[in-house]
Amino acid sequence: MRQAEYSNPNPLRSPTDRRLPRVAGPCALVIFGVTGDLSRKKLMPAVYDLANRGLLPPSFALVGFARREFTNEDFAQEVHDSVRQHSRTEFREDVWNQLAQGFRFVAGDFTDDAAFDALAATVTDLGNEQGTGGNTAFYLSIPPGLFPLVVQQLKRSGLASQDRGGWRRVVIEKPFGHDLASAQELNRVLGEVFPSGSIFRIDHYLGKETVQNLLALRFANTLFEPIWNSNYIDHVQITMAEDIGIGSRAGYYDGIGAARDVIQNHLLQLMALTAMEEPVSFAAEHVRIEKEKVLASVVLPDDLDAHTARGQYGPGWQGGEEVCGYMQEANIPPTSTTETYAAITVHVDTRRWAGVPFYLRTGKRLGRRVSEIAVVFKRAPHLPFATTDTEELGSNTLVIRVQPDEGITMKFGSKVPGTQMEVRDVTMDFMYGDSFTESSPEAYERLILDVLLGDPPLFPRHEEVEMSWRILDPILANWAANGRPETYDPGTWGPASSDEMLARDGRVWRRP
Amino acid sequence: MTTRLERTTAGEIVRTINEERHRIGATATGMVLTLIIVTDEENQSDATRAASFSAMEHPCRIITLIPRPGRVDPQLDANIDVGDTMGPGETVRLRLRGDLAEHGASVALPLLLPDTPVVVWWPTAAPDVPSADPIGAMAQRRITDAAASRHPMHALLQRKDGYLAGDTDLAWTRTTVWRAMLAAALDQPFAPISAVDVSAERSNPSAALLQAWLHSALGVPVALHRSQGPGITSVVMHTKTGPIELTRPDGRTGRLSRPGTASHDVPLPRRDLRDLIGEELRRLDPDDTYAEALSGVEIPSRRKKAAAKPAPSADRAKPAASEGRAKSAAKKPSSRGRSAKTAEPTP
Repeated sequence: MRQAEYSNPNPLRSPTDRRLPRVAGPCALVIFGVTGDLSRKKLMPAVYDLANRGLLPPSFALVGFARREFTNEDFAQEVHDSVRQHSRTEFREDVWNQLAQGFRFVAGDFTDDAAFDALAATVTDLGNEQGTGGNTAFYLSIPPGLFPLVVQQLKRSGLASQDRGGWRRVVIEKPFGHDLASAQELNRVLGEVFPSGSIFRIDHYLGKETVQNLLALRFANTLFEPIWNSNYIDHVQITMAEDIGIGSRAGYYDGIGAARDVIQNHLLQLMALTAMEEPVSFAAEHVRIEKEKVLASVVLPDDLDAHTARGQYGPGWQGGEEVCGYMQEANIPPTSTTETYAAITVHVDTRRWAGVPFYLRTGKRLGRRVSEIAVVFKRAPHLPFATTDTEELGSNTLVIRVQPDEGITMKFGSKVPGTQMEVRDVTMDFMYGDSFTESSPEAYERLILDVLLGDPPLFPRHEEVEMSWRILDPILANWAANGRPETYDPGTWGPASSDEMLARDGRVWRRP
Repeated sequence: MTTRLERTTAGEIVRTINEERHRIGATATGMVLTLIIVTDEENQSDATRAASFSAMEHPCRIITLIPRPGRVDPQLDANIDVGDTMGPGETVRLRLRGDLAEHGASVALPLLLPDTPVVVWWPTAAPDVPSADPIGAMAQRRITDAAASRHPMHALLQRKDGYLAGDTDLAWTRTTVWRAMLAAALDQPFAPISAVDVSAERSNPSAALLQAWLHSALGVPVALHRSQGPGITSVVMHTKTGPIELTRPDGRTGRLSRPGTASHDVPLPRRDLRDLIGEELRRLDPDDTYAEALSGVEIPSRRKKAAAKPAPSADRAKPAASEGRAKSAAKKPSSRGRSAKTAEPTP
């Protein structure tokens, strides 16, 4: 509701006053699947952390929707304990009590019209009682198969309608479909009910902090941009490795696999940010345009068998622990050909990147948990040393570490002290803060806050999602037609075929 | 591990730090700033600890200078911690005995990290003009704390007279939570504000800064009233539809109420030193908003004085008697709320 006689913009906010945090406006957050694992371990603690840091509006309300028979108080008690256990910041009872005043719970099934009508009534009441102004964000922390059902219910019950004042936003998490066709279908379903600016696609691996660090490194310095091209860069390796198995997530993971789970969104986003041209500004729109240009210019190698690799972890010993293989995990069908390791080669067909391959890999039960972008430079065209002097010299490398331990590592050659001329690789390390992960907000906090603020720079739009599927679909089709993935030992860096994939190009994977 | 050096020099201290660093294998450090703390024996421990905590967020070298003037031969003693106990940074605590107490800058200069910002912090007493102090002159950012000095309001006025871009005061940092909450309250539509009342305990420099800031941002009369504390206890923004009120009687939880909606509890804690210093180190550029607020700070007003500058506009109820205005401030908003003609828009 806008009324001209009421003063706006806010006289207490000024662009030069940078101490004031951006606090979300009055709103309600509705979480579907609120009793699930993700919600208890990540979402609710993140909501609490935001409240503790004073970033939620005083009138904030949270509505849980799930099949359990809870009262509002039961619900508050239920989440109390998991928040206490998983919150990042100190747990303070008074902050919690203040936050819990705005908690409501609605029990019901997604097929149950009455439950959604009750939800609509609750949201309306909150508008009056708590002063949320009707602003509502819907967080779908549920299997993607249920999205169409819930979205239709939101429409039917009038919850999604913006006519009644305030904004409506919907938040979904990856996977955004399992191929191009299903992604388009998902987008159609969401698009029928919500305008595209109101759909927030969350990739919790890709925190805002990471993206901003990467943009700052590339575009705030003069040191790197002049060499950020095929004249100097030999190739780029983007890795996201996990040391854990799939745990109890067989239902989600089997049939999806590493490529759909991680490469489609996370690694291709990192690649786009690494390869993109300088945006006109850091406004959401401008960054998105540059990322889309990169994704649009991606081409795959002709021989997909030779330039992709996949694997599945077998049983064995990892880090002093005996672990079971993928096929032995609970609820995995014996016929499963799901890959837990995927590596692909892509080229970006632009003047800047001509001839520079991007190698993307991800996997579970690998050597250790790490996410990084390694930019590997060409060797000097001429080395004025005897060949024996530089035998130990590798390629200069700039590594951008993504969570955990955000930072930058540089690898370059240095003379070994002594009378002989010998050049060997050394590394130089910068961390953004020694306990960065403790004192800087966790990805979920930033993501939720951005949704509540309506700040979309990081959230990929459906165009990007569809472009990513266009890149991945031919590879997935090729794999599906060619039998089982190769088995690799747990705690290693993946199957032999992935090493061969790089060896064909005369390169090796970096050990992260 | 703490290395103790007695009768030492800055050169020897630098050498020791480098050896220590080498010993633990941390050859590259990635430190972002040097923080110099100038304080006395009584406060050095708390201040250094607060600073090392913020070193987790901003890896830095902390140099604590503890002047010990007296009739003894000049002598420099150092306690050096690299890594472990005191946090991730490097901490050097220096005792400057005898005449050396006057020459802290000569000790600090060789210890500054090359080509990175220098911040100096006086946790208690500060020089009259921080930027003119020999140590203050080396720093981009000079942090003082008016509230920790013997005469807080006097200290604040001194800050005002001696201000140079790069100065900041923890009394200002303490207002951030209030300012954030008040700004959040005005993110929703509101009727024009005609006047503001701020209540705080006696001689509270934060309250004076908050008053000056509200005055310059809103352009309406802002009166300061005395309360029992702790710290700032309430801010009431009067509008013709009723008051927007933020109160904090207990120093922990605030209560925000506005016309037309239920009131809410909001966290509004009094923050500890490590939070405050952490916030200060986050930004090293001049704080223009602080400069503006500081320039508006006036001689602490007696009660009469506060009453002497009520809003000229008609919609502000006339005080029955000029004394007692401070006391009746809490009651007034409700009567004004009742007489309001238009209702607050509730979207």
